[in-house]
This record gives sequence, structure tokens and C-alpha cells, in this order.
Amino acid sequence: MKIAVTSTGKTVDSQVDPRFGRAAYFIIVDTETMDFSAIENNNVAAAGGAGISSAKAVIDAGAGTVLTGNCGPNAQRTLGAAGVKLYTGVTGTVSEAVQLFKSNKLAEAAGPNVQSHFGAGN
Amino acid sequence: MKIAIASGKGGTGKTTIATNLAYIADGSGRKVQYLDCDVEEPNGHIFLKPKIKKTRAVTVDAPEVDLKKCTGCGKCGEICQYSAIVHLADNNVLTFEQLCHSCGGCLRVCPADAIKPKPLNIGDIESGTAGDIEFVQGRLRLGSIRTVSLIKEVKKHIKRDSLAIIDVPPGTSCPVVEAVKGADFVLLVTEPTPFGLNDLKLTVGLVRALHLPFAVVINRYGIGNEDAEKYCKAESVEIALKLPDDRRIARKILSIEEGASKEALKKAYRRAAFRYHPDHNPNDSDADKKFVLVNCAYELLAEDKPCEKLLEEIKSWPNFPEDDKYKLDNLWGHFLWWREKFFD
Repeated sequence: MKIAVTSTGKTVDSQVDPRFGRAAYFIIVDTETMDFSAIENNNVAAAGGAGISSAKAVIDAGAGTVLTGNCGPNAQRTLGAAGVKLYTGVTGTVSEAVQLFKSNKLAEAAGPNVQSHFGAGN
Repeated sequence: MKIAIASGKGGTGKTTIATNLAYIADGSGRKVQYLDCDVEEPNGHIFLKPKIKKTRAVTVDAPEVDLKKCTGCGKCGEICQYSAIVHLADNNVLTFEQLCHSCGGCLRVCPADAIKPKPLNIGDIESGTAGDIEFVQGRLRLGSIRTVSLIKEVKKHIKRDSLAIIDVPPGTSCPVVEAVKGADFVLLVTEPTPFGLNDLKLTVGLVRALHLPFAVVINRYGIGNEDAEKYCKAESVEIALKLPDDRRIARKILSIEEGASKEALKKAYRRAAFRYHPDHNPNDSDADKKFVLVNCAYELLAEDKPCEKLLEEIKSWPNFPEDDKYKLDNLWGHFLWWREKFFD
């Protein structure tokens, strides 16, 4: 199964990026093989709609689950519409986050945990 | 004639200038309109106290998708630059109407005619009168990003035979461009501080790019530094007006400290009025002038606004010097000079 983790860098040793829409990278990890690839996020400096575009990118990459720090309402709605499971409040490195997820130690988010534009830095 | 009152920095006194300009122009007998284009936070009504006679809701088009007709081609999502419509898979299409800019792109590219426009309320236009001034203001709906669209609607109320005073939102972004567009003249209000100057430079760049004639008003003149003036000189930008930060002058006349209570102010006024009253100073030929200055100072401190009528009277007094120091502007320069002559 493929999961997407927001990341500050290109590898599984990078820290989880606390922002979803404006995360630096999305690391797509295959939980069986632990193979991964990094997608650079083009929406880091988007004026608006970053969460939606990022959700679209993650969905198009085939991920069925997202692990991140914070996620706003628009991104949550988009992910939900595509049936992608969302886990917020995740910290540590990407590989640590994946291990926690695999051992069922993360709780699925019931909804967005921040407002729109939370990660826009303004 | 359309005059736009703009400023880069917020809180420099745009609305103070705009509403006073409308008020004074109205007194000159011409037809005056005041249009508050600061639709995210219209506040001209606080000063002009208009009677609102009409409120009209403004709507724009947002997409509505008929998923039964959708073929899942994804073209709508591709053309949208604002993520207001997003195609996920098959006929799974989401819309985020609050992000839509009503470009109509998705409607046009849909091969199945599955997208129809639906009205989205972005705010209200309230119109009425403040005395003889025709008053119009836009009030953007909370959460709406369609500032520019609403400003456009406000400006549609401009009449050709009127002097239209346009209160522009602060900043230099799209709403400002929309509000100043088509103006015959732009007044840029700034304050003589580093923040004021920084944003003044940005705004000057903007009005120059739009090829609009403009001049600068330095409000609260006397605080901060002289960099704004130096900048205007270096850039050959005309300074139309300098409005001094004048409370100090008023306080000095009444011999009162900053932050004094209302009661203390009233007491000080009574004391000064008694002391300078012409009846108590029969041998002082300037007693009547001193008395006017005392009243003027009190009006300013008590009402938090200058009394234009008293200032006009002060201006009419003879023997005003040709010294640059007192040419702050016609009214306040006189006040300052007479105050120093009589009270220092």
C-alpha cells in the first residue's frame, strides 16, 4: 500500500513537514517494500488553494493514506472525496512516522485540525 | 472628476482625508459623491454618518457541476488556476466556490455541458446620503475573496457630473489597482515614519505604472523624520498638503498634560477661557484672538477633531508671516503661528 508523508526533505530520514498544502515534499512510501520516491511540491508559494492542489497531487500519485502535521478543511475535503485516509499531528522523521503507522499507533483524523491558510505564513 | 485617496500603509489617514474632502467639497456647492471602496473594512460611514436608503446584494458566477453529465475528462480542473474546481477521478469533481474568480474557463472547456453558472453572494452595496453627499459603500461578505469584483460594482455608481471621492483600500495589490483605475487624480496619504515611507514608495511605483497623476499628503507631520519629504523632493513628487500632528499645540494653550481626563480638560478649558476672555482683558487688543485659539484647542482635544470653522477664522487674521515654518498648510500654519505669538 502506498502512503504519502509530508516532508521537509527528499528522503525518509527527513523530518515530517508540519504543513500539508505547503509541505516542501511528499514522500510516497510503499509500506510493504519501504521503497520510496519524493515529489517536490509546486504549491509551497501558491497564493491560495495550495491544500487542494497538494491533495490532487497526492491522489494522482496513488497514495491511499496521508501522514502530516496539520491539514486544513479544503485539503481534507479533497482527500476525503477521493477516499484517502488522513492522519494529522504526526512528527519525527518520515521513516519513524511510517513505522508508527504500520504498528497502528496513529489515530485517523476526524476532520481538519487547522483553518485554511494555516501554513501560508501570514 | 474622480479623486482617489490611497496609501500603501494602513492607518495613515486615508478615510480622514477622504471624508473631510467630501465634506468640504460639498460645502462649496458642487455635487459630491463619496465611495468607500475599502470594502473589506469600510469605515467612512463612521465620519459621514450617512442615512442608508438602499442595500443591494452583489453576486458573481461560480460553477455548479451536473455529475450525471460529467464524462470525467478533467479539463475543468486543468484550466482552473485557483483550485476552485478539481477533478479527482472519473466523474468525481469537487468545487470550492469561495476560491472561484468567475473566469468562466471551466464552463467553456467542458465538452459535456455539465457545468452551469450559479450565483454566489459576495457582499452588499449600501447607498444613501450624508447631508448633500451621495454616499456609497461596499461591504464584502465575511470569508469572500472577491474584493475586486465588489469594488467594480461600487465604482459603477460614479456619476459623470459629480465630484467622486474614492476611498481606496490600503496596500498595493489588486483591490487598490481596481479602486484607483480611471481616477483623474490620486492623493497618496502617508505619515513621516519609516513604515509610511516604505509603503509610499511602493504606492508611487504603482500609480506611476498606471500613468495616473498624483500628489502626496503627509499626515501627522512633525512626528518621525524628514525622509518622506526628502524622498518626494528627490523623486519630484508634489506634496499637496502637510497636516501637522497638532495635539501638542492644543494642549499647550490649555496648559494640560497628555492623557488628562475629560474633567481635567474641561477644568483647564474653563480656566483658560476665563483668563483669556475679552471681557476680562479690556486692555488687550488681541484678547478676542486668544479666546478663539483657546476654543479651537479645546474643540480639538475634547471632540478629537479640529473645528474647521474656528480655523477658518484664524486664517482670516492679518499679519501672518511669510516664514516657511508656518506654511505647514494654510489653516494649521496660522494656528501654529498665533499660538506661538500669544502663548509661548
